Amino acid sequence: MAEDRSLISRRSALKCLAYGSAGTLFTLASGVLVPIDLAQAAMAPRGASGRPLFLQISDTHVGFSKEANPDVSGTLMRTIELVNRMPEAPALTIHTGDITHLSKPAEFDLAQQMLGGLRAGDLHTVPGEHDTTDPAVSEYFSRFGKASDNRGYYSFDHGGVHFMALINVLEFRAGGLGTLGEAQLAWATADLKGRSASTPIVVFAHMPLWTIYEPWGWGTGDAEPLIAQLRRFGSVTILNGHIHQIVQKVEGNITYHTARSTAYPQPAAGVGAGPGPLKVPADELASMLGVTSVARLRHPPALALTDQTLA
Amino acid sequence: MSGRVPLALLGPGVAMLLALTTAAAGAPQAQIVIKDFMFGPASVTVKAGTTVSWVNRDDEPHTIASDSGLYRSAALDTGGEFHFTFDKPGTYHYVCTIHPQMLGTIIVEP
Repeated sequence: MAEDRSLISRRSALKCLAYGSAGTLFTLASGVLVPIDLAQAAMAPRGASGRPLFLQISDTHVGFSKEANPDVSGTLMRTIELVNRMPEAPALTIHTGDITHLSKPAEFDLAQQMLGGLRAGDLHTVPGEHDTTDPAVSEYFSRFGKASDNRGYYSFDHGGVHFMALINVLEFRAGGLGTLGEAQLAWATADLKGRSASTPIVVFAHMPLWTIYEPWGWGTGDAEPLIAQLRRFGSVTILNGHIHQIVQKVEGNITYHTARSTAYPQPAAGVGAGPGPLKVPADELASMLGVTSVARLRHPPALALTDQTLA
Repeated sequence: MSGRVPLALLGPGVAMLLALTTAAAGAPQAQIVIKDFMFGPASVTVKAGTTVSWVNRDDEPHTIASDSGLYRSAALDTGGEFHFTFDKPGTYHYVCTIHPQMLGTIIVEP
C-alpha cells in the first residue's frame, strides 16, 4: 500500500541500483514526488496512493527486434493494457524518449498509433538519441515538434505542478555526456524566474540530468546551472529514461529518478562491453520492463512515484 | 590548424595501419568493424581517394558522424553499412551520436 512505501524503504530498495519495471506512477507527497510501482498501484486500495497525477513511459524502442526482446510491440501493448486497467486514469502522460529504435517513419507511425491507445490523458514527449538519428533530424519533430515550436524544450502546468520538458540528445560532444546547450539553459532560467518556490517542479528529459556513469555517457555535461536554479524550490522531481533501469538519488529537495524501458533491459553501469540490450531469460523479461506513475497525496500533500512492472 | 596532423610528420610506416584492398575499379577501400561499442580499429590511415566502409556487428545501432559535419550516417542496425570516400588529405575525427563515448579517427594521406 502507498502509505507503507516510505521514502526510506524506497531508498533501501533502490540500493539494488536496478530492478525491472513497466513504468512508474508519481504521486505528490509532502511536496515531493514519490514513485510507486505500477503493479502495486493497481493492487492498492482506491485512493491509497493518492490521485494519479501523471504517467511516465520510456524507451519504447519501437522497431527493435533482436534477441533481448523480439516483440517490443507486444510488451508495449501489455504496458498500455496495464495502465488502462489502473483504477483511476492518470491525467497526463510523459514519454521520456527513445520512442523508436532507428528513427524510421514506420516506427514513429506505429508508436504513435499504439500510444494513442493509452487512456492516460495528453501525451507529452521528449526525444531520445534513437529518435534523432535520421540525417535531417526531422522525423521526431514533424510529429512531436509542435509543443516546443520545434526547439525540443517546452513547459506547461497541470494540477498546480510546473512541468519542464528538456532535450539533451542533440548537441553531443565527442566522448562526452548529453548536452542541454546555452539557448535551452537561458530559456530554463527565464522559465523558472519569478516562479514561487512552493510550486512543485517536474523536469523530464531523456538522458539522466545527473552523472550516473560517465564512461557510457550516462549523464548531462552542462546540467549544473539548471540544477542550481532548481535548488530553491521545495519539491523538484527530475525524471529520465535512457538507461532502461531504475536508479534514484535524493539530494535536498530534488529527487532524481530514471524509468524502466518497455522494450528491453540494459546492464548495470559498467557491466559488460557497453550499454546495449541485455539478454535475460524469457521468464524474467517482464519483471524488468515497466512504467512509472505519479500520484498526488493530499495528507500530507506530496507527489509519490510508483514503478510498476509487466510481471 | 588544430585537429590536423602535419602530413610531413607522418612516417611512411604509419600509412598502412589498415590493410587496404584494391577493388576491381581500382579505388582503394578500407573497412572498419563496429563491435562491443568500439570502432575497430579506432584510428585508420588511408590514401586520399579511399572509400572507407563501416559495418555494425553489435545488437545496438550506431551512427558515424564527422565532427566537422562532413558526413553523418543514419542509424546502422545490426549488419548495416555506411561508406564515405575521403578525397582530401587531413585528419577526420568522428563519433557515434548514439554513444558519443565511441570515437574514431581517419587520417588521409596524399
